[in-house]
This record gives sequence, structure tokens and C-alpha cells, in this order.
Amino acid sequence: MQYLSPTTVDDAVRLLSSQTGDCKVLAGGTDLLVRMRSGFAEPDSILDIKRIDELRRIAHDDGGWRVGAAVSGAEMGEHADLVADWPGVVEAVNLIGSTQIQGRATMAGNLCNASPAADSVPAMIAAGAVARIAGPDGIRDIAVTDVPTGPGKTCLKPGEFITSIWLPSRPDRSGDAYLRFIPRTEMDIAVVGCAVALTLDAGGTCTAARVSLGAVAPTAILVDAAADTLIGTTVDDTALDALARACSDAAKPIADKRGTVEFRVHVAGVLAKRAAIIAKTRAGGAP
Amino acid sequence: MALDSKTDTKPQTFKVIGTRPLRPDGIDKVTGRARFGADMSAPGMLVGLVLRSPHAHARIRSIDTSAAEALTGVHAVVTRADFGPLRDEGTADVLDNCMAGDKALYDGHAVAAVAATSGKVARQALKLIKVDYQPLPHVTDVDAAMAPDAPALHEGRADETVPAGMSGNVMARHEFGHGDIDAGLSQADRVLERTYRTEATHQGYIEPHACLATMNSDGQADLWCCTQGHYMVRNTCAAILGLEQGQLRVTASEIGGGFGGKTTVFLEPVALKLSQKSGRPVKMVMSRAEVLRATGPTASSSIDVRIGMTRDGRITAGFAELRYQGGAYPGSPVDMGSMSAFAPYDLENVRTVGFDVVTNRPKQAAYRAPGAPMAAFAVESAIDELARGFGLDPLEVRLKNAAREGTRASYGPTYPAIGLEATLRTAKDHPHWSAPLGPNQGRGVACGFWFNFGGDTCVSLNITPDGTVTLSEGNPDIGGSRASMSMMAAEELGIPYDRVRTVIADTGSLGQNEVTDGSRVTFAVGLATIEAARAAKREMCKRAAQVWGIDEDAVIWEDGAARPAGPNAGQHPPMSLAEIAAIASNTGGPIAGHFEVNAEGAGVSFATHMVDTEVDPDTGAVKILRYTVFQDAGKAVHPSYVEGQFQGGAVQGIGWALNEAYIYGEDGILQNPGFLDYRIPVASDLPMIDTVILEIPNPGHPYGVRGVGETSIVPPLAAVANSVSDAAGVRMTSLPMSPPKLLAAIQSGTS
Repeated sequence: MQYLSPTTVDDAVRLLSSQTGDCKVLAGGTDLLVRMRSGFAEPDSILDIKRIDELRRIAHDDGGWRVGAAVSGAEMGEHADLVADWPGVVEAVNLIGSTQIQGRATMAGNLCNASPAADSVPAMIAAGAVARIAGPDGIRDIAVTDVPTGPGKTCLKPGEFITSIWLPSRPDRSGDAYLRFIPRTEMDIAVVGCAVALTLDAGGTCTAARVSLGAVAPTAILVDAAADTLIGTTVDDTALDALARACSDAAKPIADKRGTVEFRVHVAGVLAKRAAIIAKTRAGGAP
Repeated sequence: MALDSKTDTKPQTFKVIGTRPLRPDGIDKVTGRARFGADMSAPGMLVGLVLRSPHAHARIRSIDTSAAEALTGVHAVVTRADFGPLRDEGTADVLDNCMAGDKALYDGHAVAAVAATSGKVARQALKLIKVDYQPLPHVTDVDAAMAPDAPALHEGRADETVPAGMSGNVMARHEFGHGDIDAGLSQADRVLERTYRTEATHQGYIEPHACLATMNSDGQADLWCCTQGHYMVRNTCAAILGLEQGQLRVTASEIGGGFGGKTTVFLEPVALKLSQKSGRPVKMVMSRAEVLRATGPTASSSIDVRIGMTRDGRITAGFAELRYQGGAYPGSPVDMGSMSAFAPYDLENVRTVGFDVVTNRPKQAAYRAPGAPMAAFAVESAIDELARGFGLDPLEVRLKNAAREGTRASYGPTYPAIGLEATLRTAKDHPHWSAPLGPNQGRGVACGFWFNFGGDTCVSLNITPDGTVTLSEGNPDIGGSRASMSMMAAEELGIPYDRVRTVIADTGSLGQNEVTDGSRVTFAVGLATIEAARAAKREMCKRAAQVWGIDEDAVIWEDGAARPAGPNAGQHPPMSLAEIAAIASNTGGPIAGHFEVNAEGAGVSFATHMVDTEVDPDTGAVKILRYTVFQDAGKAVHPSYVEGQFQGGAVQGIGWALNEAYIYGEDGILQNPGFLDYRIPVASDLPMIDTVILEIPNPGHPYGVRGVGETSIVPPLAAVANSVSDAAGVRMTSLPMSPPKLLAAIQSGTS
């Protein structure tokens, strides 16, 4: 097995395109190395992107934040300005694994692993995040919501990899939140996940909202019908009940060892309500 | 001599016992220097790996190993054909579990193994082994396995106790009790009948099974392994491989948890066979998935309970039928479940019937008080429901029916002094019992019992020339026993704790020692340690008498020194242990004490647990708010370790109650062979587990010690279920009370 560690995006693209066997991109490695250790992945080569400087930065870009694909969850958690703008996204990233895992795991890696239960993905979708992809045909930007195409599958073409995730500028009086349900308190995988990002006007009425659910479909989903229940309301109890119903209606989960269909459908609504209340509070709305 | 009358009575006050010295293995363990099963290497060592069945139940038509054997780097491939037939049925089952015969009996059952120069080659070799399986119908549920038309694992192996006409998967029937159940029930104001179910749970030790085997052409063999009993490993492996026990030396590594699961062998006979065949040392280490698929979880259970109670809380009769599946071989702990179910109570009419059932699951292994937690879950839940139904205080009801000295136990014997009432009274007086509860919060209590055990024990205590003491014992230190043995030796000899070092000797160094099980070590090895120290003291008194020129009966041992017994013995300054040791060579040679015993009088142990929980009515999530353990330790040698045992048992029981479970699909394949979906509690799931140590001395031990390691896992299943049922307003009768199950029960208003 070959280990490749380019220092520029161009070199990385060139190396990735020239590999004839199975080449896996390595960022934090918290999914890839586990898969290799347990015999589920036996790549011919590994391309480590952590030596590429621009992929290790969190930078202002176009009013928002550009988070490099090799930035760890811990680095995001320690970035006060990023946390202030997108607390829901950062808390979702910081829910992944343990303290040790946080030192390695990346948001882009969580996206590329394409688990329907990935914690950061609903939060990114609710935030309207955009993935920047480098490949043999150059650079392209694509909405995070379009990156996963099924469990373990992404829209990335051969030779492509994600270089960064862009989080848009946060409008005034906005807030986001992510909640997941797990049977214990940490070190677990979401049975259901829900992210809510919303904006209020000066009077406390919701003017914009995005709601995303995880672990209730083959990919994390953006639920427009759920957002519509909030827009134009003060996110009051009536709106929250409608939100919960809309999320439960949108949830199309499977039953598996982690939860029944009925449980996931119900809890999708419960979490949406609770996440919306946190997002509203963060947006400066009345509790 | 005068010594006996002085030292054979229990010391009134202790100097070392009851203190909390630092553990002697602490630095090695926190710095990573301690050597566990996988930490040993040998020159020329090969890597051994096991090929495992992907089927729940299949006939093995043939195994073609030729391609694997031809692969460069492969030095040996073994299958069952490499092992000879065994006469003893129990050992034959152990071998069959280590390496399948004509049938693979569960998902993960070993069917072949390879030894190769690297893990990579070994993995390639496994893929080259061609096994021709004929899949057979399978069964993994205990009640399904008892159906008359269930697929049978072993034809014609049922014990003579099994009534005719039962499913071929029922291996044995056990019955205990006395009195007349129907007459007792007729005196009750209410008779409660319920069925309770628990899932199989794994011991969850962090260290996977691992060993390094070296077998020479001259018939001598050495084995390094992670085990709870290296003498058991020696005897079992010797029987399986046809070796003389004395030719196989087994050394126990440090152990990263066992909880009963390391009281048998899995890899060891295979590693020895691979070494024998290859002529090279062979190391084998299980993956976590292998540990969960192929080593012993405990039994799952289905239990019917019928209990009658008067409105003032007196139990008039108790009956339980217990059905435990113990995996693919006979020997589930349903006998111990049946014996322990009603053990905390003084009942006129009591009967338990237990059925040992086989299914297509890994062979169960002992797990901390094997069989008792499930039985206690059923009985303690039923008593709780009856007590609450009458509006009675559940602690008062238990006190009213509590077994005490002189009670005839439901399983036969009459109790000597026991501590159950003390735990109940202490619980009732504890601030926890009267603390207020908030909305969606509940409180539960439950009692638990364990037999405890003694068994074959052999220790050797040596006095070094500079007056320090080395103690050799033959039981791996799984709960701090090196510290507690050193403490008991120091107490008896009257020297400081840090002058004693306890080592775990290999099988070549001591006589037979029973496995570290049954909470036996602090009791039995402690007893032997005290007796060995007494033997050394007698010898030291003899040496002092020799120096002083007086009769050895005129010398006593007090405060770490030999002294004249009285004025008639003459005026001689005391001779300390160090002074006697320094001149040992001139007074007859080295000084040592040893002791060998099949220890009896272990002393039963009881506990009462109290737990507060909060239930999220919208998600079914349970939070443990507060937990207090009240348990009789007889005498706590090292209170911190005793507290640790109380806490550990409670935590494992909480996991069993809330989330841990073996999950099988329709295909009979284990769906959660990893710590992600086999959910043991993590630290943030738990409050500090409070402990109250009670000390009702065990008359069978010189210092009053009772084993404490197992009783602590008996009450928590029921205590948590009683608490959650109180908080949620629905009675939960099936474990684990996972959020989907609890939410469904809350939403339907009933479990």
C-alpha cells in the first residue's frame, strides 16, 4: 500500500487522477482507518490531504466562513468567531466521537463518509453550506445537500475530492441548532438527527428557515415543508406542533437495531421542536 | 505452643485491614507498562487467525485447506481433524466451541485457524480456506427453542431430569424449594402472575482474548494468556491436546477485565495446536467482533413468576419457572438462577423450576453472579408491583419477609449470620430514601443475593534475607487482590504493607488454584495467605527460641516481632522479622510459610440497591439521577476496592437494564458485534454511584471477609426497572428498557 502526502491541491489532484488502483483520500481518518483495521477497506493507496496548508485553515470568505477539508472538529470548536456565527454546525461536528476523535475528525470527512446518520450533515444542510470540490476538470461548488447520494455514496467523480466547506454569512437575528437522539449520552451514532436554522425579523417573526433531518432516509434531507411551518410565525407552540408534524411526516426511516420506524418518526418531530426552540433563542427570540 | 491461642482468634483491632493504600500495579497500569495478553512476543513468532462460520447453524460437509497451506508464509492450518476425540463430555464441548466439529452451531463459530508470518498473510490464507456448508434451520430465542418443533442442535443429549416430550433443545431441568405453593397462594390477598424477559449481555471486558503459545517437539509447552484462571487453562488445554499437566506451564498476563468471561478457553488450545504443527511460537489476539460473536455472553431469559401477598405485605408463596438459553452447549446458569431467585426471603412456600436450553448462539460464559441478576429482576419486580399495589413501602415489605440467621433458604441450607436486614434498615435510614423527586422521576429498590465460593487454593509466603516478604498466589489479580493479599499478610505479620509484595505465580510454581470466580479470592486466597503467614510466624518463633535457648512454646509473635511469652520465659529483647530473617541461614535456612486448602465457609452475601431515574416521556430516554448501593462485605479489607466492586456491579447492571443486548436478525446473525451498537454505559451516562459498606463478619474467615464482587450486579436490573416503572407510570417487564421499547410502552400506557 502506498501513502501519498501532497502539499498542494494541484499535486493532490494529479496524484489522485494517476492512481490506477483503489485510492482513498485521508483527512482525519476516523472512518477510513477504522474500516481498514476491521478489514472492510483495503486500498492500494492513501492520499493524505493534511499536508496541504490551505486545507487546514478556517478563513473569512465572501461574508461567510470557509472551513478547510483537513480542519479538525476540535479546531472548529476552539474558533470563537465561527462558533458565534454557526453554533449549531459546530456543536454537530463536536458531537462526533470522543475528545480524541475530535482532534482528528473533519467536517468534510463526515460528509464524504456519507452515512445517513452523520451528525454534521443536517447542520450543514440547514446552514445552506456549499462544498468546494477539486478534480481533474478544475474546481466546482456544490450544495452540501447534493453531495451524499445514498448510504456510503457521494456525487464525487473519480479523481475528485472536497477541499473545503463554505458556510454562508449569517444574517442578523439568526440562529441554528442541531440535536440528535442517542440511547446514551455520548460516543454514539444518531438514531435521529435534526438541525434547524432560522432568521427572525425585529418583531420576532420568522422570515427564513431551513430544517434538515438525519437518519430517517438514505441521506440527510432538507424538509421544506417543515421550514414553511415556521416562516411567518413567531415560532410559538402552534408553529412548533406543526413543525413536529411536518418532520414526522417527512421522516421515511427504516427499522434497524438502533430504532423502530415508529420511534424515529415520532422522535424526528420531538427533536425538531426542541432544536427550533434553541435556534430561536440563539436568534434573540423570546424564549 | 502459645502462639496458636494468641493468633487464632480474630484481632480486635486492625492496623492494615480497612486502610486504603495505593495499588501496587497502579504505576504500571497508568503508564502503559503493564503487560496484557497481547503484549508478549517471542522470536520467530507467527500470527494465528481464526476462520469463523457465517451461518447460524450449518453442517460442515468438508473443509479444503490446501490452497491456504500452499500460500507462502503460511506455516500451519488446523481444523477439528487435528484434534483427537475426547471422552469427557464437558471438555469435548469446550473443544467443540474452540473448533467446530461436523456442525457450525452459531454465527462466529470457529471452523479453522491458520498461523502465518504476518497478519496480512494470515488474512489472505483465511480467504483461501474453502468450507462447504449445508445451512440448517436455526433458533436463537429461548422460548422458540423450547417449542416442540424447534430445530434441534444436539439430538439425544437431554439430561434424565428433562420430562419426555419436551423440545430436544432442553438439556436439563432443575427444581428447588419447599412447602405447598397452591396452599400458600390461597392465603394471599393478591396473586401476581407475570412473565419477564432479559436479553443476553456480554461481560464487556475491554481487553480482548489473547495468548502466545509455544509447544516444543519434546512435549513441553508454555502458554502466556489473559485469563481468570491459568490453572484451569493448563488443565483444559492439557486434556484437549493430550499433554501431561506438568509439562504445560501457563503464565497469566495482566487482565483487562474478565467478569467471569475469562473462566474458560477459546484461543488457547488452537494456538497450542498451531504451535505444535508449525514448530514456532504462535500469537493470537481476537478482534472486538470476534469477542462479541464467539466468546461467552451470559444467558438470555424468559421467566414466569407467581407470587402471593397479603395486604399487609407478607409473601404467602413464591413460584418461578425460569427458562435460560445458554448458547450452543448445555450449561446455562439457570440452576443458579433457580437457587437464588427467592434466596433473600424467608418463605414457607417456595418453588423454582429451571430449564437449561440450547440455541444457535455462542456458548454462554460466567458473568458476575451467573444466572442471579435475571432471576432477581423477575422476583424483585413482582414484589415491587405487589407492594406498590397495596400502597406499602417496598423496603418495609422486604424487611417483613427478609431472610435472617436461621432462615431455611429456598435452595436448601439454613443461613448463619447474614446481612440482608442490615442493608434494608440502612437503606431505609439513608437520606436517599427520603429525598424529594421531581416530575417524570421515579425511585426503585431491589435486593440481591449471591452464594460466594471458596475452592482449591495454594499460596506460598517467603521471607527474604532483608526481612521483606514475597507472597505467591495463583489467581490473576482482577479486582485488586495483590493489594488485599499484601494487606492481610502485613496485618498478620505485624509489618508495614509496603514490606510485602504479592506476585501472581505461574502454574509451575504453586499447586492447583481454582479460577478467579465466585468472589472467592479475597476470601479463600486471603484465608490461605493468613494461614501461610501464621506458618511463617511459627517458624520465626522457633528460630527466636533457638537463639534464646528456650522452648519454642515459650515464644509469641506480637507487633511484628518474636517475644518471650511471659516472665517465666526469661528476659529477651524482641526479635523483629528483619532480625530473624537476617540470621535465617545460621538458624536452619530460609523461612517460608505456605498453605493449601479447599476453602469452605465463603459466607453468602446480600445487597440492597436504590436508584432514582428520570424518564423523558417524549423519547423514552432514561437518565440515572442517583444510585446508592448497600452491601454486606463481611469485613472490607481495602474499602476503596470494595466500593469499586459495588460501583462496577451497579454500572454493569444499569447497562443490562437499559441498553445492552445481543441483537439477532431473522438470519440468526449477530447484528451488533461492536461497542458502537453493543452499548455499555459510558461515564457521562452515570452519576457517582454511592456506596455504603456494611460489615457483618463471615464466621468462615479469620477476619470476617465475604466476597463482594458478584452480589453487586444482582439487584440493579430490578432496581432500575422498578425506578423506571415508577417514573414512567408503566410497568416494564422486558429488558433492556431501550428508548424505543420504553417510548412504545409509555404511548400505549402499558408494557
